[in-house]
Amino acid sequence: MLHNLSIGELGRSLTAGEISSVELARHFLGRIERLNPALNAVITLTADHALNEAAAADRRRAAGDRAPLLGIPLIHKDIFCTDGVRTSCGSRMLDNFVAPYDATVVTRLKDAGAVMLGKANMDEFAMGSSNETSFYGPVKNPWDLSKVPGGSSGGSAAAAAARLAAYTTGTDTGGSIRQPAALTGVTGVKPTYGRVSRFGMIAFASSLDQAGVLARSAADAAIVLQAMAGFDPQDSTSIDTPVPDYSAALDQPLAGLKIGLLREFFEGLEARNSALIHDALKVYRSLGAQTVDVSLPHLPLSVPTYYVVAPAECSSNLSRFDGVRFGYRCKEPRDLLDLYKRSRGEGFGAEVKRRIMTGTYVLSAGYFDAYYLKAQKVRRLITDDFRAAFTQVDLLIGPTTPTPAFAIGAKIDDPITMYLNDIYTIGANLAGLPGLSLPCGFVDGLPMGLQLIGPHFSESKLLNAAHRFQTATDWHHRSPPGYEQ
Amino acid sequence: MSDWEVVIGLEIHAQLATKSKIFSGSATAYGAPPNTQANLVDLAYPGVLPVLNVEAVRMAVKFGLSIGAEVARRSVFARKNYFYPDLPKGYQISQYELPVVKQGRLQIVLDDGTVKTVGITRAHLEEDAGKSLHEGLAHASGIDLNRAGTPLLEIVSEPDMRSAKEAVAYMKKIHTLVRYLEICDGNMQEGSFRCDANVSVRPRGREKFGTRAEIKNLNSFRFVEKAIHFEVARQIELLESGGTVVQETRLYDSDKDETRPMRSKEEANDYRYFPDPDLLPVQIDESFVSAVRATLPELPDDKAARFVRDFHLSAYDAGVLSASRELGAYFESVVAQLSPAQAKLAANWVMGELSSALNRDSLDIGASRVSPLQLSGLLARIVDQTISGKIAKEVFEAMWSEGDSADAIIEASGLKQITDSSAIEGVIDAVIAANPKQLADYRSGKDKLFGFFVGQTMKAMAGKANPGVVNERLKKALD
Repeated sequence: MLHNLSIGELGRSLTAGEISSVELARHFLGRIERLNPALNAVITLTADHALNEAAAADRRRAAGDRAPLLGIPLIHKDIFCTDGVRTSCGSRMLDNFVAPYDATVVTRLKDAGAVMLGKANMDEFAMGSSNETSFYGPVKNPWDLSKVPGGSSGGSAAAAAARLAAYTTGTDTGGSIRQPAALTGVTGVKPTYGRVSRFGMIAFASSLDQAGVLARSAADAAIVLQAMAGFDPQDSTSIDTPVPDYSAALDQPLAGLKIGLLREFFEGLEARNSALIHDALKVYRSLGAQTVDVSLPHLPLSVPTYYVVAPAECSSNLSRFDGVRFGYRCKEPRDLLDLYKRSRGEGFGAEVKRRIMTGTYVLSAGYFDAYYLKAQKVRRLITDDFRAAFTQVDLLIGPTTPTPAFAIGAKIDDPITMYLNDIYTIGANLAGLPGLSLPCGFVDGLPMGLQLIGPHFSESKLLNAAHRFQTATDWHHRSPPGYEQ
Repeated sequence: MSDWEVVIGLEIHAQLATKSKIFSGSATAYGAPPNTQANLVDLAYPGVLPVLNVEAVRMAVKFGLSIGAEVARRSVFARKNYFYPDLPKGYQISQYELPVVKQGRLQIVLDDGTVKTVGITRAHLEEDAGKSLHEGLAHASGIDLNRAGTPLLEIVSEPDMRSAKEAVAYMKKIHTLVRYLEICDGNMQEGSFRCDANVSVRPRGREKFGTRAEIKNLNSFRFVEKAIHFEVARQIELLESGGTVVQETRLYDSDKDETRPMRSKEEANDYRYFPDPDLLPVQIDESFVSAVRATLPELPDDKAARFVRDFHLSAYDAGVLSASRELGAYFESVVAQLSPAQAKLAANWVMGELSSALNRDSLDIGASRVSPLQLSGLLARIVDQTISGKIAKEVFEAMWSEGDSADAIIEASGLKQITDSSAIEGVIDAVIAANPKQLADYRSGKDKLFGFFVGQTMKAMAGKANPGVVNERLKKALD
């Protein structure tokens, strides 16, 4: 079946003329039509757009173009601005917003010949860990429709897992690519902060946000990241350093690789989950890697630190949604204050409001030092912990999440419990490090993720380590029941 | 002398003369139709990001070097958060704790000629907001975002000024300086150069400052002076009648010549400043500073000192002639055609006839209808006594309206001065012969009548006689 092929295999089929890009786009559009109503992973379908891009890709291929992503269908997280296409960010606030330009990520993938099928559902403004905060309703996990797919890139993860596209894009501020990738059994890469441009990606927390990819294997992710990564003069925080050939490094042997087992990640982890990670370590040792225990003493402070820094930045980033120039505007405002209050009050959902209020509070006169400034200091300590660890080991390893996917509705009324779902992923964001989650087994029939974290700009090494694991295991080939066909 | 001492500090906003905005590629030209110079970044569309215009940093550093300030090796842009329709992002990007320029100073000359040093606490970069338009719109307000994102340098003084006059002298000095540096066009009508004044009063001799009021958005030197005068009188009257000054922001109404409250401290926004995570700290290294230093022009104070030293001008004249780069250059071009010894003559003409002609026709020195070459040509004829100073003024007027050279005008209108003493003596003899009574009076001691004979002689010669020769010959003939 076409939808089970890797990006490399699809490229070969397209080049061999066994199938056209238009046929491939139709195949996936058909799957979305059939499977999405139960999943709610895709909130905007761009069929005409996709068929035009696919036809253009076929012409490019006929002219000799062999770009690896040429004619391969994808779904963008609805946080990326797409010229002429609604870009909602999962919010009522932007339900009517048609972006007038493409995000750099979108432009780069377009240039690489990608075919956009549609836009993926997400937690509102990327704030959430279960995809339940979306204005468009929750996304269902294809492994069990009563379970959440994780968030905030829940639509992207569910779509990749259900094979609604060859790959999807996501963003990761505190785990928003890795956590849903883990809960849906796909491979998710959060690159180094600054590796992929943030221009055109609607900001949640600017110092933490990073775009990445969700795919069915590290090899596929390597191809996509190759196209996404690189310096962008329109993003001052993007870093001008060469992008290595990720695919070329995939097969490097792991002999001598030193993997650090993050002690803090195993405290309180349920035995069955812990066992899966230890099984994965056995695989790595069989591949020639060494494993050592590592401690990051400040890592347990990640969650409180994150829930000061991220809301602080979001409270300011979301001020532009004021009902004046674009987006939701309340009906018949009495005056300016009423326009602001009701447009924002009606346009934003509960979780977004909670974070705006938290952020406003921690930045307020009299509280700034105790919260924001202190959080920045702890952030520095966490970063230093990671730096020290990477003088001893090449990569850090641990679980991506404490538990497999939980039931829809189980945590939505308890923000603290919900926030703790990101306990293993937030550290990498605070330190700006690349992280990767890959499937490593199942608990109660639900996929679990293994997380790899590396030093800055070590994406090549992470993808290499993930790929070698995937050549030795087949967890990543498992398809949710009912989605193989 | 009043029992109260006035304390003033100014925050001057100078719009930097960059071609594009501080964080976007939009043009900054003034007067374009509303919202035609605002791109997606200026409109704060979802997903857009700011990119710093290095030219603005260069200009700020240039200013810092010109006031002997410390140029921060690392400065940070922060967000100042508040909601307003002409502030599209809901925050203004400014510099807060770590400005690009710290601790400079500037000297001003007071009326009595003493020199006073005014401290400059800091100068920081920030973006301007847009404009709300209320005129001509029924039941609605318009927003023009052309100005949003225009780079500003906010120059904050120490509370060192003790009178409205000092405040104006300081503001004028900064105005001169930013135009010298070509970092601001100084156009106050268009709002390119404006200030907020912090004003307080305290009993003379007391060290502790009184509570201050901040008068916002003063866009002329005259308004600064008048607003401060009003505010000082208001505060003194309040205090003397047993009241207290509240810390607040006030607005100056030039029609009513009064200040009135905008908002009090209690109502003041909590701006929730924090470092802008979209922008990296600005790192300035020594080579950047050196490169900027190499572009510094001769500064006004240095130019004035040179004029005093090389041309023996008075401090006042030197100050006037160095008040703008263009005026100084004009003056020096004139002197270059003459000799340093004639610099005083050139200074008098540039500050006198030329300046009044420019004022009369509302022209800038750059648009003068008499070029430095023409003016030096005219002055050369005074120096070689071809014409008198009085005739020279006529020639100047002719040059101004007709554009010819001085020599051509002198030739064509026969204004050449008569220095031939025999011709002058003949006229003197005739004048004396025609006025026997005045002659007798003069000789009996009425010295003042000497002027009468000079006048009569000059009149008879249609003003063309050399006054020196006339004086000398008359003395001989009368005594």
